[in-house]
Amino acid sequence: MEKQTQNKKKQNAVGIFFEELSKSTGLVTFLAILTGIILSGLLVAVTTVEVYDAFSVSFWDGIKEIFKAAWATYSSLFIGAFGDPTKIITAFQGGDGLAIRRAINPFFESLVQATPYIFAGLSVALGFRVGLFNIGAEGQLFMGAMTGVFAGYAITGLPAYIHIPVALLAGALGGALWGFVPGFLKAKTGAHEVIITIMMNYIAFKLTDFLINGPMQDPNEYTPKTPWIQESAHLTRFFGDPIRFHLGFFVALGVAFLIYWLLFKTTWGFELRTVGSNPSGARYAGINTTKSTIIAMSLAGSLAGLAGANEVLGLNFRMVPSFSSGYGFDSIALALLGKTHPFGVVLSALLFGFLRNGSRQMQLKSGVPIDIVSILQALILAFIAAPAIIRTIYRLKKPDIEEESIRVSGWGGK
Amino acid sequence: MAETSVTSVVRKKVHKHQTKARRVSMGIFFLLVAVFIWFVFIRGADPGALTTYVMTPGGSSALMDNWVFPTASTLSILAGICAVAGAYQLIRGFQDLTNGVLAVVSVIFVFSFLSWASSEGSINLAGLLRVTVVRAAPLTLGAMAGILCERSGTVNIAIEGMMLISAFASTVVASLTNIWIGMVSGIMIGGLVAYVHGVLTIKYKVDHTISGTVINIFATGITSFLSSKFLQKTAYQYLNEPGMFPQINVPFLSKIPFIGPIFFSHNMYVYAMFILVAILTVALFSTRWGLRLRSVGEHPKAADTLGINVIKTRYMGVILGGMMAGFAGTYFTLGSSGRFDELLTAGRGYISLAAMIFGNYHPVGAMGAGLLFGFFDSLSAKAAILKVPVPSDFLGMMPYLATIVVLAGVVGRSQGPAASGKAYDKESL
Amino acid sequence: MASLLELKGITKRFPGVLANDRIDLTLEKGEIHALLGENGAGKTTLMNILYGLYSPDEGEIFVNGQKVTINGPTDAIRAGIGMVHQHFMLIPVFTVTENIMLGEEDVKMAGFLDRKKAAEKIKKISDTYKLNVNPNSYVKDLPVGTQQRVEIIKILFREAEILIMDEPSAVLTPQEVDELFKIMRILVDQGKSIIFITHKLREVMECADRITVIRGGKVVGSTTPQEADTKKLAAMMVGREVELKVKKTKAKPGNTALHVENLRVLNAQEQFAVDGVSFEVREGEVLGIAGVQGNGQTELVRALAGLLPPTEGKIEILGKETTKEKPRFISELGSAHIPEDRQKDGLILAFPVSENLVLNSYFHKPFAKGIRLQFNEIAENGKKLVDNFDIRTPSINTPVRNLSGGNQQKVIVAREFSRPIKLLIASQPTRGLDVGSIEYIHERLMKKREEGCAILLISTELDEVIQLSDRIAVMYRGKILDIVNAEDSSKEMLGLLMAGIKPSEEMKQKAKKEEQIILT
Repeated sequence: MEKQTQNKKKQNAVGIFFEELSKSTGLVTFLAILTGIILSGLLVAVTTVEVYDAFSVSFWDGIKEIFKAAWATYSSLFIGAFGDPTKIITAFQGGDGLAIRRAINPFFESLVQATPYIFAGLSVALGFRVGLFNIGAEGQLFMGAMTGVFAGYAITGLPAYIHIPVALLAGALGGALWGFVPGFLKAKTGAHEVIITIMMNYIAFKLTDFLINGPMQDPNEYTPKTPWIQESAHLTRFFGDPIRFHLGFFVALGVAFLIYWLLFKTTWGFELRTVGSNPSGARYAGINTTKSTIIAMSLAGSLAGLAGANEVLGLNFRMVPSFSSGYGFDSIALALLGKTHPFGVVLSALLFGFLRNGSRQMQLKSGVPIDIVSILQALILAFIAAPAIIRTIYRLKKPDIEEESIRVSGWGGK
Repeated sequence: MAETSVTSVVRKKVHKHQTKARRVSMGIFFLLVAVFIWFVFIRGADPGALTTYVMTPGGSSALMDNWVFPTASTLSILAGICAVAGAYQLIRGFQDLTNGVLAVVSVIFVFSFLSWASSEGSINLAGLLRVTVVRAAPLTLGAMAGILCERSGTVNIAIEGMMLISAFASTVVASLTNIWIGMVSGIMIGGLVAYVHGVLTIKYKVDHTISGTVINIFATGITSFLSSKFLQKTAYQYLNEPGMFPQINVPFLSKIPFIGPIFFSHNMYVYAMFILVAILTVALFSTRWGLRLRSVGEHPKAADTLGINVIKTRYMGVILGGMMAGFAGTYFTLGSSGRFDELLTAGRGYISLAAMIFGNYHPVGAMGAGLLFGFFDSLSAKAAILKVPVPSDFLGMMPYLATIVVLAGVVGRSQGPAASGKAYDKESL
Repeated sequence: MASLLELKGITKRFPGVLANDRIDLTLEKGEIHALLGENGAGKTTLMNILYGLYSPDEGEIFVNGQKVTINGPTDAIRAGIGMVHQHFMLIPVFTVTENIMLGEEDVKMAGFLDRKKAAEKIKKISDTYKLNVNPNSYVKDLPVGTQQRVEIIKILFREAEILIMDEPSAVLTPQEVDELFKIMRILVDQGKSIIFITHKLREVMECADRITVIRGGKVVGSTTPQEADTKKLAAMMVGREVELKVKKTKAKPGNTALHVENLRVLNAQEQFAVDGVSFEVREGEVLGIAGVQGNGQTELVRALAGLLPPTEGKIEILGKETTKEKPRFISELGSAHIPEDRQKDGLILAFPVSENLVLNSYFHKPFAKGIRLQFNEIAENGKKLVDNFDIRTPSINTPVRNLSGGNQQKVIVAREFSRPIKLLIASQPTRGLDVGSIEYIHERLMKKREEGCAILLISTELDEVIQLSDRIAVMYRGKILDIVNAEDSSKEMLGLLMAGIKPSEEMKQKAKKEEQIILT
């Protein structure tokens, strides 16, 4: 029942989606990504010892080695993200279930990796829409994971179709609390959300460390971990091992559409966007800017909290101290890449999910540290934020209408 | 568009109106502190317990006797003082002195906490204060970097990233050459990164906060990338052995009991902090260079109409700020740990920004704020030693909680440079 | 003999508009030359080119017969040109001395500032030209008139021979304007030459030696006060016959729509900007509040709109107490507000015209059902209003930032007028607009008055207040000094009130007998 209405929503969404997409400055975005990839590839080449060895042999050997390094990097990235085409074909020809699942796993695993990006990206994007920079998505994610895992293992005796929503809701609430604090402080005291949320991140890390090592530690384990969550709280998986693709992906898509609807089709969303665009004007129009700010940040926090809950309930089924993600920080680049629009965020999240999944394989196969993805993100983000750079490099013309650039408020101001 | 002139009419009689709400809430806060001290610290300690403050830091030769006093009675007196202050504040209000009284009450609270935590044991107060000064150095230097940028009109949240890149670069260069060249390279690269920030914000008019975040993400990425690829591998270990700056005792001054070891027995970073605070203060407020720099951050159009090159000045400000941040960054490796580890700055760049705001964009204020945050930093570091029934993780949260409290309580009133964070558009008048 | 200053063929283009179109202008030594034109005619652009803030696309500048290239303010200063801008270029947190010496600092060794030497120089200039300025005050503490004199000293400090003054009287009381003209005469007697930009006909007739009229970026003609009169000048400025008087029917006031009692409001510096104000506005009448900017009008309006809670006093709108109420409650009662700063407070620049038109009614039926917005209704409403109010826009979906100032104001007016309102608070409704838009807004206001709406008009343009109001209140330092009938008042009397001086009985009698002042 739930899935049917979700499918219907998605059909309308697809139509709207392409319409919104066609309005955006897609070319610059595409080129930004492309340029970022090229530069990152160069970085990899420059730091690969084999390249220097090759140059000492001959210039052309060096060039060949650069391309070899780049090819090795990007092909392992691609295979890691989508799967090896030859393996897929062979598996389907062979007909063995396990082999097939193994072959198509990379693709689905990328979707799995993209899911928390969708949530966290929506979180940061929502923050931008109300004029705030939510760097605290990471901390909110941690809090959501804690509360989600707690609801997962502490509540017993519920059937799955109740337990799953309850646990997800718990995760959302945990994140909402962590978003409420900076929202409240910003609205009431003008304290800049950038520093507050960064501080809240550190506090969240220490708090979760404390909880996992203490009150929430599984008494049966020797190393600090939380107990396993109940079976009934597991997010349903659709395929057998090793494919981990689970319900969370569809929840994320549904939530994305919900946020789209809230933001652009309701009075509440109108108020929020007005506050983000011009708080003075919003106040004159009778909008309660304090309320809008606080509610928006709390909602943003809850979205990031869902990201955390999604990880815990759908993948790990418990929480460990090394539960690190980096999803929260990556989502900043993601939200900006998606022009803070829910549909853009979904697309960017898919991109980042594929990148993230692929980069793990890349690190294994070609020894390139996964941090290269951070570098890639920073480059893409820089190009998106300063489209003039891309235009200069590729000699593009300026658009007729001025682009809406994203502005964030300064210190101590309201 | 419809801009009115600069100010309203002057008033002969100034109706200063301390809002009732603030007076009452402050008064209640003071009383709460008194109550807290009474019920938690005094009741929690044995009546006959003694607090021992060791007044000589470990390893120092400037000896001073321990300061011992009975916990309960001393704290009662302090609680009494707070209660009196609270009552007075509620009834009359301290008006202009309120902030001063707030500072005193806060100090009393912290003192009581320490006394309670170490009753029946001892705590090395001198050591605690000495580490405070040490921890204050990178924060103050970072805050001054922020001041140079903001005062000239550029918001710089990338201090963290600049510190990180500089820490990495200086480590590698120092390992390959020597420690002084390493330090200089750290300064240079801080300036280079700041130049990029400048280009993005001044030339391409990217939002300052976004540009800063991009740099931070890039810095984290590239330092971790290069660190994983090289520094963590044994084959390249020689790249991660830069050495450290030695401690220098100021002759004669470092022998003064208590004060000496706290202020005059450090490596050069602490002395640099003091010297740079003095230099920057003089430069900003008494020289032509400083006047022009500040004008560009306050009202760039006014400066432009007087022939000052706003763009060049802004670049200069941000690059100097970057160099200062770079210098601060070298502290973490060349002045503290002697090696580079991923993300070793741990948010200090952001705390520097809070120190800058708290210090009201003034170098001396920044140092005061740096000392405050440094105190919390050193307290959380000594957490394990304190036999306090508070988990170490919570004590570790202290610098971050303190930052939040400061920003929430202070920033609403702090006025930064008027045109900071706004791109300068020549053609718009 | 060559003129002191000559501009030949100056042309400047901005995207979409030709701001200056082959303009020629000369300035003789020792003359006061007025540059007259309505808002948007291109006067400020021309002067900015002269001062080096813009560079011309075509044209040349000659000083004393020699061609000069002015690439920036430094070149202009070196050529002996100085400019007092309409919006002051002063740094509030610096002292007078620091503001003046910036860029031309007196320094001791090694770049250390010599504030004392500079202060001495400033005192000397202040005394010579009777400007009465204290070098050690902080600019943020100075009243507006004094700040303007600081700007003048700034120019004289750099030994300028040619002074450009951009709308200098915009922020002064009539008496302060007279004082300014006196100072200008002293400057000219001492050998300086002045170009001053204005859109006010009276000033031009009173103090200029020569007048050049600019319209739509072109020079329309040059004349002198002896040869021309205000009617002719107005026609040159606008290009057609201008009705200088507003047609007004006799007032028929009804019930009290706005009742303010003993209102006291604090400003951001914790001082009483509004200090015990009481007045009433009835349906069908216009109460105008005159006064120089900065005497509490802004805070008064914000308090009435519900954005700034008063510390004491009472506000009643249409019978209901609204002292501590929120903006939405007040607007729902039937009170409308045209804000002083239209771009900051009145509009959301990034949003389309249609959404700006429902900015304070989007939550009502038919624009919303519950929380769901009804976009069809919003679009229909947009089309209707754009038609009715003659708003020039490419479409209802154009972001409102692309509209001209006059059309942006029309959007606000359309929005407020399309609701059922009984009280209208209009704050500086025609600031910065061209004559056509000004006429339009005045017409609409008078029509609303006839329909029985109560109007509170706050304006620093004294002529506008006198023209449109039935009664006039003058605000000075947070208090209302007096409320008089418009027909019983004179500009002289109001000018005195605006400066804080209560007029004598004699003056009041004189005012009653004189005719109504024409819009000059």
